[in-house]
Amino acid sequence: MTDVLMPALSPTMEEGTLAKWHVKVGDTVKSGDVIAEIETDKATMEVEAVDEGVVEAILVPEGTEEVKVNTPIARLASEGAAAPSPKAEAPAPKAETRPEPAASGDPEKQPPEAAEPQPEGEAATPVAPRPALRDPELPEGVKLVKTTIRDALRDAMAEEMRRDENVFLMGEEVAQYQGAYKVSRGLLEEFGDRRVIDTPITEYGFAGLGVGAAMAGLKPIIEFMTFNFAMQAIDHIINSAAKTLYMSGGQIKCSVVFRGPNGAAARVGAQHSQDYSAWYAQVPGLKVVAPYDAADAKGLLKAAIRDPNPVVFLEHEMLYGVEFDVPADVDWVVPIGKAKVRREGTDVTITAHSRAVGLALEAAEKLAGLGIEAEVIDLRTLRPLDHETIVSSVKKTNRLVTVEEGWGPMGVGAEVIARVLEHAFDYLDAPPARVHQEDVPMPYAANLEALSLPSVDKIVKAVRAVTYK
Amino acid sequence: MARGQASSTSKRKKNDTGVIGNGADPMTKDALLKFYRDMLLIRRFEERAGQLYGMGLIGGFCHLYIGQEAIAVGVQSIKEAGDQVITGYRDHGHMLACGMDPREVMAELTGRFTGSSKGKGGSMHMFSTEADFYGGHGIVGGQVSLGTGLALANRYKDNKKVAFTYFGDGAANQGQVYESFNMATIWKLPVVYVIENNQYAMGTSIERSSSETHLYKRGASFRIPGEEVDGMDVIAVQEAARKAAAHARSGEGPYILEMKTYRYRGHSMSDPAKYRTREEVDEVRKTRDPIDHLQELLETKGWADDAALKAIDAEVKKIVADAAEFARTSPEPEPSELYTDVYLEAAQ
Repeated sequence: MTDVLMPALSPTMEEGTLAKWHVKVGDTVKSGDVIAEIETDKATMEVEAVDEGVVEAILVPEGTEEVKVNTPIARLASEGAAAPSPKAEAPAPKAETRPEPAASGDPEKQPPEAAEPQPEGEAATPVAPRPALRDPELPEGVKLVKTTIRDALRDAMAEEMRRDENVFLMGEEVAQYQGAYKVSRGLLEEFGDRRVIDTPITEYGFAGLGVGAAMAGLKPIIEFMTFNFAMQAIDHIINSAAKTLYMSGGQIKCSVVFRGPNGAAARVGAQHSQDYSAWYAQVPGLKVVAPYDAADAKGLLKAAIRDPNPVVFLEHEMLYGVEFDVPADVDWVVPIGKAKVRREGTDVTITAHSRAVGLALEAAEKLAGLGIEAEVIDLRTLRPLDHETIVSSVKKTNRLVTVEEGWGPMGVGAEVIARVLEHAFDYLDAPPARVHQEDVPMPYAANLEALSLPSVDKIVKAVRAVTYK
Repeated sequence: MARGQASSTSKRKKNDTGVIGNGADPMTKDALLKFYRDMLLIRRFEERAGQLYGMGLIGGFCHLYIGQEAIAVGVQSIKEAGDQVITGYRDHGHMLACGMDPREVMAELTGRFTGSSKGKGGSMHMFSTEADFYGGHGIVGGQVSLGTGLALANRYKDNKKVAFTYFGDGAANQGQVYESFNMATIWKLPVVYVIENNQYAMGTSIERSSSETHLYKRGASFRIPGEEVDGMDVIAVQEAARKAAAHARSGEGPYILEMKTYRYRGHSMSDPAKYRTREEVDEVRKTRDPIDHLQELLETKGWADDAALKAIDAEVKKIVADAAEFARTSPEPEPSELYTDVYLEAAQ
């Protein structure tokens, strides 16, 4: 014997009208037969039997209003019941309705009871204790070699490809053309076209292929000619790469690096000059790295390739040809998640990442001439953000200026300031200031472009404002 | 098959020896009964899922596979260990056909810790590395690029495995499908694209949405052979899949199978069903139902003795009732699970 229960059209429905019975006592029904119609103020729907049997009793006559969900409305006697039936058998609803608001978008639907809110600002990242992160010690007498960022990135990829057969590079013009910005120079010759793969101009597609290959256990490096074009692929970066580990309960790993130049190039206009730092840094499941110098470019890219998580690695076109010292003849890996104090100072903390670090350092020199000692922090990793380093600096300097090439609203600087307010509110002697790209699409005209971007002068001005000098 | 040409419909071969299908792999009584059992399991499972949804035990979106059972069952019947399966959000049937435990699938639907994704994925986001099932993807068409990427990994590893990549007639209009087709051919990737054409992308019929409604021809510009298959006939599906998989496995590149099918239920649980008539649905159920069709075949062959079918019905019913009970009574994930599985620990 089986009770047929009043079904719900959606999890928010509590009661409805039993409009019509399609069966009567004594009728034989089987799975899928329509046995009744129910109505709410929004919709009507058909009720299908989920079990076979003979209608033994109609418990709620047709026309009855306000029938609560899960009330028994009829009883079936099993027909030669071959298998045990569960106690309650509600019919399956077959929607025949005007669209209910999609269940998941229903504003009335209560969110599931949340866990304890995380007290830390670093709520989005797991709070498991991390080992202390620091740059690797340089062995005594290690050789430092002047290297361009372009070559440092290439060396990082080549070393990791030699180290791990599963690492490969895919993107537009990475192989035969040797890289649109010559970052992958020589890789095709060393590793062949199985591991250095030229793709068609098809960002969405090859980002998806890369993520799929990562799900199958490979470790792709997906190069975007610039991150502007990755907008076509952002669905796979976020919906497929960042979320799958979580959605699969930890089963599906996605070790993939998305890399390429990000931010403003020179005189290429609005569609080719945008900083996506804040976009990606908002997404749990991604790590986001944006190095400034060549040693970090190399060491962090090697760490990104080895990382079991998806990493967005933001380079800067204007820095590719700049030379910095890079430790030679060592396995140079810089840990993700650790900021670096590039200049010590006592009067103000300046945070920056990528190319803006250079501007901040230059500004700091000018400020020194004015008697202001700035501490410059290179964020290096934007997610997870190393706010400990920032906070301990602000506790010393009591003042904060953030610098970024992206737009200000909802930006990296906004986040840095929020973390400082959460952790060092009482230490601040002035409202923090933000330097960022002006709130306009990137202009083409040389003078407007320069006006739009952060500059040494803008940083100096902001520092003078927060130090009242 | 000549490249650049789409073939005509594949026809199921019958002969009088009681053996159906090609000689190399005869259809036996046991094989047909297994098909019957697997399809029935999916149907009863989905009916129960609909019921649990009605009771408020399943939330959000829930897309049922009822009517399309022959496709996942037929295709996966020729899957070799290590061949991958990936699909969109109408995925419960594929998981069962991959051999995933009905309990863990149902428990995921009810958002319980015992579900295949610990309750964090839900109906559209389930996976099983053990069963070679790679999801369960909620963005229409996203799985096509991902599945092509699985095939890229197969070629990279030279492991002779095939990625069965399913999508619907709706996804067939997404741009990334064609980006993937293009690369699959350039690199001769071992992927079989299985288009489940149930004729409605949510509420939009294929005639209203598609300039070329014969979706098996959609690969022509990419030199991908394709054929139309009666997706309501599990034997035709199996035969077509075997041929397509052999093509992909041998290094010839991708293959498209357009499975003509029909879903009986709404697109998801909240579906106004105004875009098609009751008569249309009833007609398909009456004349083309894949399970009825197989049952008739079994009867014709004299292989459908009542006791055998009843035993299958009873077994399936028991499995589904057990899965539902498990899904209803399993605990929700602990609050501490909120922050797990966001990142893997880096080995640095």
